[in-house]
Amino acid sequence: MLKQKSRKQKMTPYLMLLPTFVFFSAFVYYPFCRAIYLSFCMTNAVGHPMKFVGLGNYEWLFKSKQFWNSIQVSFKFALLIGVCTFTVAFILALMANVKMRGSRIYETLYSLPMAVSSAPAAAIWFLIFSSGSGILNYMLHTDVRWLQDRSIAMYSVALVTVWMNIGANFIFLLTGLRNVPKDLLESATLDGAGYFNKLRHVVLPMASPQIFFVVFLNITTSFQTFAQIKLLTQGGPAYSTDILVYNIYRTAFRDNRFDRACALSVILFLIIFLITRVQFMLEKKGVHYS
Amino acid sequence: MKLQKKKELIFFILKVLVGVIIISPILYACMVSFMGPEEVSSYPPRVFPKEFKLINYDAVLSTYPLFKFLANSIIVCLIVITSQVIFSSLAAYALVFLDFPFKRLLFTFIQITMMIPVESIIITNYITVCDLGLVNTYPALVMPYLISGMSIFLMRQYYMTIPVELKQAAEIDGCSDWGFIYHIAMPISVPTIASLGVYTFVRTYNQYMWPLFVTNSMNMRTVQVGISMLIDGEAINYGIVTAGAVFVLVPVILVFVFGHKYLVNGMTSGAVKG
Repeated sequence: MLKQKSRKQKMTPYLMLLPTFVFFSAFVYYPFCRAIYLSFCMTNAVGHPMKFVGLGNYEWLFKSKQFWNSIQVSFKFALLIGVCTFTVAFILALMANVKMRGSRIYETLYSLPMAVSSAPAAAIWFLIFSSGSGILNYMLHTDVRWLQDRSIAMYSVALVTVWMNIGANFIFLLTGLRNVPKDLLESATLDGAGYFNKLRHVVLPMASPQIFFVVFLNITTSFQTFAQIKLLTQGGPAYSTDILVYNIYRTAFRDNRFDRACALSVILFLIIFLITRVQFMLEKKGVHYS
Repeated sequence: MKLQKKKELIFFILKVLVGVIIISPILYACMVSFMGPEEVSSYPPRVFPKEFKLINYDAVLSTYPLFKFLANSIIVCLIVITSQVIFSSLAAYALVFLDFPFKRLLFTFIQITMMIPVESIIITNYITVCDLGLVNTYPALVMPYLISGMSIFLMRQYYMTIPVELKQAAEIDGCSDWGFIYHIAMPISVPTIASLGVYTFVRTYNQYMWPLFVTNSMNMRTVQVGISMLIDGEAINYGIVTAGAVFVLVPVILVFVFGHKYLVNGMTSGAVKG
């Protein structure tokens, strides 16, 4: 307004955004469009389209038993992870809520499994789960084949995943709890509210944005679980842990069907997209933001 | 008063104990990694080694190029962190301080990238890398992660707290936009950059799926994929496996413990509305 911007200045913002959009174009927008396109094609061994088949891949998937099994396993897994991780992390956050000298120690301990990635986690839990001389069986006085029994493997993998996810949940929930204004809690105490009353009527509503965020975070991340499955069970036994992402991997690299893998990828995107839409809708309705 | 103190101390000890239980799988693996072969497979299982032996570490280091894996991971992390810091600072600056046509549209396109799960584009990204003949190269390992919507958001969140007056004063002094980023915006955002750095390090170091797809030579493996080879075999040697796992965990746990404050900051400032 004061002075005309030079042409060079006008270009500045675009230059600043250029690297971002170059990389996004090459590794987000383009592969996304390509996945949609390939899902309508038949591909060769290196993933190049051979001919257009329309909805053929989707029809094949919808008729396949393994696809519906994967969907079922994924949702069951998401529910398990969502409920368990949140519950454990919330209890931990309540315990760590009050800041005191040395509280950094247990705050760090509670969130530490977050730093453990799936490969060492799988190694560690393999040892714990091992049948025969495994420590878990020894402590529980049982003889369970944690990763080989088809009715149990899913819960074992879920246990490992919950353990890995507690840390991040704990950090978000602790922030939420510590954001609850002190004077609100004090006035509730003066009104004679007990611990659980305060929790229900003050803490939960005030921390609802974080609670809400964490619950949906768990659901979406559980849909994206891959490494634990690949390393602990390979989707088995009898496809009991064959979650969608593992199915994508299997279809692409073992069956060499990149077209079907792309169709599965599109479906994965749609599911996660719908879940986040639900999240936004619910968020507008009921969550309390101070 | 004294009773209160005592109660607090007991609670403190209890809370730390719960923490120890949570990390007990790591501690247990650590113990096993120091045991000799007959102790590892003894029944009932031993928790503490009779004496601390290093044979498992010797064995794993002589069979697998763990230091090469570690070097690969560190190189990948450094490239990804550097590029994310620079490019997200630039993008965030343009979005916060500058006005230009199509700004809202471009911002929407950045937001879209955060709604696309990596797993749904990983197959096509893999095909792209194959087409370019980049399998088993560093470019392949880093390329999809040189920028992320999340890091742009984090930097943007911070830049929005820089007073406009600061920018105006710099402008009057003849400071260009590039000068402002380099001399003012980036230096004062060092804590945020640290958050982004720690967060990106933990995420990149722990990546498994992408490095698994785009590397297949021993020389290009990153730590996660490298270590997973230890548990791929039929007969698992738990002493060696846990030694490998501990080796991989040490760097990331060090970064985690010393960068905890920054990590928490990075995670919580961008994620939930605020």
